[in-house]
Amino acid sequence: MSEKMSENKVTIKKGDSVLKGVGITRVFGYGKSRNVAVDKVDFDFHAGEVISIVGESGSGKTTIAKMILGLIGVTEGEMYYNGQPRDISSHKKKKEYWQGIQAVFQDPFSSFNIFNKIDDLLIDCINLMGMKHKSQEEKVEMMTEACSFVNLKYAELTNKYPFELSGGQMQRLMIARIFLMKPKILIADEPTSMVDACSRATILDMLLKLRDEIDMTIIFITHDIGLAYYVSDTVYIMEHGKFVESGSAESVIITPQAAYTKRLISDVPKIHEEWDLSTV
Amino acid sequence: MLHQIKQVFRSPKFIVGFIIFMIILLMAIFYPLISSVGPMQSISKAPFTAPGTYVNIEDAVRDTGGQLTLELPIVENRIEDALTADEKQKMITWLEDNGGVAAGELSADDIETLINTWNSTYDPTLVVQGMLTSAREEYKRIDIRVKSVLSVTGVTIAEQGEDGLEVTGTIDYKRFINVNDVANTFTFPLGADNFGRDVLTELTSAILTSLRVGLIAGLIATAIGLALGLLAGYVGGLVDNLITFITNLFTVIPSFVLLILISNSISSSARGVEVVAMVIGFTAWPWTCRSVRSQVISLRNRDHVNLSKLSGHSMPKIILRDILPYVASYVVMALILQISSGILAEAQLSMLGLGPSTTEVATLGLMMNWSQKFSAWQVGAWWAFLPVILSIAFISFSLNLMNTGLDQVFNPQLRDS
Ligand SMILES: Nc1ncnc2c1ncn2[C@@H]1O[C@H](COP(=O)(O)OP(=O)(O)O)[C@@H](O)[C@H]1O
Ligand SMILES: [Mg+2]
Repeated sequence: MSEKMSENKVTIKKGDSVLKGVGITRVFGYGKSRNVAVDKVDFDFHAGEVISIVGESGSGKTTIAKMILGLIGVTEGEMYYNGQPRDISSHKKKKEYWQGIQAVFQDPFSSFNIFNKIDDLLIDCINLMGMKHKSQEEKVEMMTEACSFVNLKYAELTNKYPFELSGGQMQRLMIARIFLMKPKILIADEPTSMVDACSRATILDMLLKLRDEIDMTIIFITHDIGLAYYVSDTVYIMEHGKFVESGSAESVIITPQAAYTKRLISDVPKIHEEWDLSTV
Repeated sequence: MLHQIKQVFRSPKFIVGFIIFMIILLMAIFYPLISSVGPMQSISKAPFTAPGTYVNIEDAVRDTGGQLTLELPIVENRIEDALTADEKQKMITWLEDNGGVAAGELSADDIETLINTWNSTYDPTLVVQGMLTSAREEYKRIDIRVKSVLSVTGVTIAEQGEDGLEVTGTIDYKRFINVNDVANTFTFPLGADNFGRDVLTELTSAILTSLRVGLIAGLIATAIGLALGLLAGYVGGLVDNLITFITNLFTVIPSFVLLILISNSISSSARGVEVVAMVIGFTAWPWTCRSVRSQVISLRNRDHVNLSKLSGHSMPKIILRDILPYVASYVVMALILQISSGILAEAQLSMLGLGPSTTEVATLGLMMNWSQKFSAWQVGAWWAFLPVILSIAFISFSLNLMNTGLDQVFNPQLRDS
């Protein structure tokens, strides 16, 4: 499996800038409780790459993800999408934006509306993709295909509620959702940190398989620099709301500059050795 | 959903509250069906008739069908009824002091000896040195009462004939008739109130009306509180600030003061039951709004809401689909509390004379108000207010118990271990 993974890394076509941020800042609260969660960060993500944002818990990774997704406002700074200034000022424009950028969140258990059946979640995606008019059979066929992509059986999931699934199954369903929506950019915010160890490798594998399938850019957020090295082309190291170091995965990990990066690397013992996915 | 309902009916607190509430409700619904009088019908011409069964005297006298002569200690029973223990003790004291009876010879329990000794010894003309005139008069009154109840001559019935009264019959003092043979009897299980209305029938109708007031007030308060709470919590920003400002305004001014002011400013002719219920509802929403708002704020950052946004759903759809179901169980509990406090608010307002301005419809508060206005307490007519107080207490107790039960089901950390 690791053979195939390394091949993926080689066949990356470095493309144009899909997402660019200049001086992005986010401040929570004011007065005494003022908290600068993200502090004047610059980034430039290229099409087809897997970009990792690595940092400890509380360093501002999720905040940056939510700003990129347009779920929370940007206090200061400019965001460029496909080379144009990003415009998400109306609900209509947001809807367009979200056809191109999607996310998988950290906690699968809070990612589902427990009152809706699994079918509702998947049908929502189909409808959003402008295929509302399709017949019920066609929709079922699409859902079946999406489920089998993540090794789930639609027939076993239909009419079930999310809480009847395991965390790993839920997260795979979230990937099936992405499979249906086929976005250009996917933000995966620590997608494996809250699932059982056996499911982690599968989920990572599926994300990368999906990347090849629909040719998308993945922004992979993790606290695990070893994992980042393994999956990504470009790495951004984040400390206290700032990017302290960035560059190609090889250069950042083999010749780290920032003290923080060195510390993160020293926490992972076997970083330069062959990665064994079964221990992820 | 079904699972949760099953869970609710496994909570002992909920079940007890539910049973009490259903008993009150079913009684209020079904008792008027078996009652022979209307809830607002004046039956008694005297205010505050005591509980009991009343027999029409003329029917009893005229009835000859089931007449029976019974060998019962009628005279003794009459004396027991006519003399209080205090009066019996006074008789004994008089006889011992002035009648030459040895102390301890007579007792209040042996009523026959006491009466016989009294009749042979008591002399109303005797003037005892040092005895107050008022005391002497009281002994005379006791004597007259004793003499009158001792009468065993029966009653002579005379009717107005062509030339004066004609004797048509006599009634021996030992004659009895079957109550069932008397055409006209009426039972007041809980007496009658100041209007002469049967309290129990009136109470059942008052319970239904008060529950309706509570329901209307509760639904209005919950609807306003829920809508504003959802909006403030989900939209945030300026909308939130505005709604929070209004909510705080309503909270700072005690809602009871507001209630009094509004009730007062509505002309009494327009102050029907529904209007009072609406006034209560329009002042009671702030706390529902506050708690819904804080729940929504913690929900709106959940990932399933973010995911719903990313799926392109509109704000109203997200509120209805991704927020409302999560606060629904809480809203049901808030509604129950609002109903309970709506009933109490109506009672308080009515006690102050600011409730529904009518005597044609009874509410629990109005019944309290009437019993207070007509001095039921002072004349000892407990039946005019005690059942009302107990009804209010049991209704709000049962509703609060149901609420606690629901709370334990929906917030498992509150469950008793
Ligand atoms: N909605 C919010 N309100 C206030 N502070 C927040 C909010 N979200 C995140 N923060 C703060 O921003 C900082 C970064 O948090 P986050 O982006 O979640 O970090 P990470 O995802 O790297 O663990 C933390 O100090 C956190 O307390
Ligand atoms: Mg995070």
